[in-house]
Amino acid sequence: MTEMTDSGMWLEVPSPFCGIASDDLTIKVDGNTVTVIENGDVVTKKGFETPITDLSARVKGQAVSLDKAVKHIADLLRTSKQPLIAGMATDLNGARSAMALADKSRATVDHMFSTDTFKNILVLQDTGWMTTTLTEVKNRVDVLLVVGSDIEVGFPSFFERMVWNKESMFDQEIESRQVVYLGSAPSGDASTSPKGKKAQVLACDNVDLPEVLSVLRALIKGKNIQAQSVGGIDISVLTDLAEQLKNAKYSVVTWAASMLDFDHAEVTVQTLCEMVKDLNLKTRSSGLPLAGKDGEATVNQVSSWQSGFPMRTNFSRGYPDYDPYLSNSIRMLAEDEVDTLVWISSFNIDNTPPKSTAKTIVLGRSGMTFDKEPEVFIPVGTPGIDHAGRAFRTDGVVSVPLRKLRDSGLPSTFDVLTAVEQAL
Amino acid sequence: MLKKLTGGRIYDPAHGIENEVHDIYILDGRIVKRPDDTRIDEEIDVRGKVIMAGAIDMHTHIGGGKVNIARTMLPEDHAADVVARTELMRSGSGHAAPSTLTAGYRYAEMGYTAGFEPAILPINARQAHMEMHDTPIIDKGGYVMLGSDDFLLRMMAANKDQESINNYVAWTMNQSHAIGVKVVNPGGINAFKFNQRKLDLDENNQFYGVTPREILLRLARAVKELGVPHPLHVHGCNLGVPGNMNTTLDTMEGIEGLPMHMTHIQFHSYGTEGDFKFSSGSAQIAEAINRHKNITVDVGQILFGQTVTASGDNMRQHAAHPHAHPNKWVCMDIECDAGCGVLPFKYKDQSYVNALQWMIGLETFLMVDDPWQVFLTTDHPNGAPFTSYPHLIKLLMDKTFRNDILSTLHPEAQKASHLASLDREYSLYEIAIMTRAGAAKLVGLADRGHLGIGGAADITVYTDDADREKMFSTPDYVFKDGTMVVKDGNLIEVTWGTTHVVKPEYDISIEKSLKPYFDKYHTQKMGNFKISDDEIIDDGRGSLTVQPLHVGGPI
Repeated sequence: MTEMTDSGMWLEVPSPFCGIASDDLTIKVDGNTVTVIENGDVVTKKGFETPITDLSARVKGQAVSLDKAVKHIADLLRTSKQPLIAGMATDLNGARSAMALADKSRATVDHMFSTDTFKNILVLQDTGWMTTTLTEVKNRVDVLLVVGSDIEVGFPSFFERMVWNKESMFDQEIESRQVVYLGSAPSGDASTSPKGKKAQVLACDNVDLPEVLSVLRALIKGKNIQAQSVGGIDISVLTDLAEQLKNAKYSVVTWAASMLDFDHAEVTVQTLCEMVKDLNLKTRSSGLPLAGKDGEATVNQVSSWQSGFPMRTNFSRGYPDYDPYLSNSIRMLAEDEVDTLVWISSFNIDNTPPKSTAKTIVLGRSGMTFDKEPEVFIPVGTPGIDHAGRAFRTDGVVSVPLRKLRDSGLPSTFDVLTAVEQAL
Repeated sequence: MLKKLTGGRIYDPAHGIENEVHDIYILDGRIVKRPDDTRIDEEIDVRGKVIMAGAIDMHTHIGGGKVNIARTMLPEDHAADVVARTELMRSGSGHAAPSTLTAGYRYAEMGYTAGFEPAILPINARQAHMEMHDTPIIDKGGYVMLGSDDFLLRMMAANKDQESINNYVAWTMNQSHAIGVKVVNPGGINAFKFNQRKLDLDENNQFYGVTPREILLRLARAVKELGVPHPLHVHGCNLGVPGNMNTTLDTMEGIEGLPMHMTHIQFHSYGTEGDFKFSSGSAQIAEAINRHKNITVDVGQILFGQTVTASGDNMRQHAAHPHAHPNKWVCMDIECDAGCGVLPFKYKDQSYVNALQWMIGLETFLMVDDPWQVFLTTDHPNGAPFTSYPHLIKLLMDKTFRNDILSTLHPEAQKASHLASLDREYSLYEIAIMTRAGAAKLVGLADRGHLGIGGAADITVYTDDADREKMFSTPDYVFKDGTMVVKDGNLIEVTWGTTHVVKPEYDISIEKSLKPYFDKYHTQKMGNFKISDDEIIDDGRGSLTVQPLHVGGPI
């Protein structure tokens, strides 16, 4: 990445906001004002351009020095019987410091999007999967099956960058790529090919996906189906889809767990992952879970290598104790199990802590507003704008270096939590 | 601060020293001559103790994407071995795929002071270094994986000259901060993406028309010509396939005398004889190793029990998935660069195949004549977790112990092996070669693995005990860069080791073709693919140590 200091322009800037880690952004920096000039989309523009408002820490609504705020947090944690470090929207070193603090303060750790993440992680831990990464998709996909997810809402650049790219490594005719939606239909035209070929849509309610995918998997396995239709989709249509996937050379099945908004969606994710395995007995096919926003991919990685377990791990016994149910931060807060909450949210001002009775400490992006003033608020720098860092993208393989673009003076989450740990 | 270790029995094969009593002086993390006028600040009485350099694990999967998948997918394995926080140590978890912190502590407690991750995907190198950065005490480093990456195969298909290949290899090593180059199932990981299910040594990848033999030759030559001390690190074709011994023998012959390290050779030493159509090829393999002085191997010994296999070889891992235990597994295609496969596995002593794998590994250790050519590994965690090394050392050093276990294994496997007739017992000196001097020489660590003047003061002190497992499990003292980190088998201080790399020279003009290639086909820019030195140093705990190159140049 090059900085062109004369004009305050930065090239090839990686985004920690979009989950797919777009790193071709051109960004203009003027004082504390950041503007995406080229290659931005609604997610990256909002991510980079949110203005700074607060620069000062607050305790009980009163501006205090950072040192005082840190000491106050340490005091709260020292007397806490059940601390929770949640939100966890941060970068590599923020995650490292949060894990170190959780270990020392015997807290539970969880990420704000774990309800969605665990629709995938539970499958990984129960039966596993076959997956692929973005560059493979960009160069190899011939049939893309989108399950229950209007992905252009959450990932506006996905199609343009990964599916409708200009050329592939292996001389594939890009226009020949086929996109099929199963479940909810796309809300826009991102999935339409450059020459105007619309995606095929096999529409059904997402709540019917468990049944529809079970039938699709059965058809791929060559089973006879007695029913005429499932979830409103004609069996003959699903039979054609099964054939299409079996005949594909490199199909990709993608889903955004956040959009599979029905109970026990993990079982459906499992069905589609097992279906991908079935396809691979004869041809190649891969899953591609789409997620990774607000540090979700990063903190689960760091947690796994430092403790052996992903999020939803509790250190109250002095060792990591993993329980996806008991250590669900949303459930813990709703059921008044937490006395002290440390909420980390350094990317998006809208991601404020859930309502709870816990004394709440927020390490939040500057500009965040609250219905109820938290006990402590420290505006922290955003990784990739206010300080350097590293972040993983959705496929869990590729990580990008994040650069410091401006000198706002905001401390990093790492700085604050490391100071708290030392003060304990 | 000057320390003196007084009266130890020194085993330092790098200097030909076997069981000689002399004192060692440590100053500023280094082994020094006895200073004439400096006061000794601390004297440690090690009379009668066995002194070796800190042990070096030259092939251990301790960092990177596939290891972390293994960690995430095995909560039940971790829950049975959780490690509580202490005043000194962070909490974590152990067994098959331990957390990074626990891995560092446990290596140090066994007298190991360095470990090398053998499969760093260029595109995932950043993660591998993040994880190794969080691995305390031991030094680390890794071998960058090439051979299934589109750019190399494209260059080979276009018949680019060797100099261009060398440039690309050197560029990749520099950007990913590697100390060696690894190739896994040469071209096979790539071929799997085109739905090829096997790739023999002379079989073409269907897209590029390039064979594994050609890939091995090009890369082995690049490594040699660049002056990289570590020979090309090869995980060969057909891992785990009965009859693969012939491929392995062919691979050794085919490298035309170039230096080559063949890793976890046990998994590549299978014949097809007998009622089970699965037999030991170790005699022929060992004989070939003894004949080819350009070849080194590590064994990849299996030991019985639950573990997890994590490999870049997704072609072979996919083929092995029916054996996953428990029945869950992951295969990934990665970035037109590489791939990975993760399968939990339980080696059973009453399984004919597993019992024979155990025997094949030990036969290999015992039949390779020169301990400078063979290295002690379990391919952690693929054959067994690294914490089983003391047990493995006892198997090598104690024939009675070995044969007692052998007699309990699958009876047909016992009949298929001549292990019981092998009388060799490794000496302490030979163990020191395999795990210290030889490993340092092989990896290319000039200042490690020996106890000479100027060497790093990575030192392990043992009480000589006829029970070698006990002896090697709990050293009396371990010094890391001169700091006593272990006393009586327990950790007493946590330090942070360095990252060893080499920096072969390359012509920057390679970026003229790489930059547009990244722009057009990849989903990350070349500038963001590169890992800066600052990322290794990170929060200040990390450091880079650049090891010297050999004399290179065109062959």
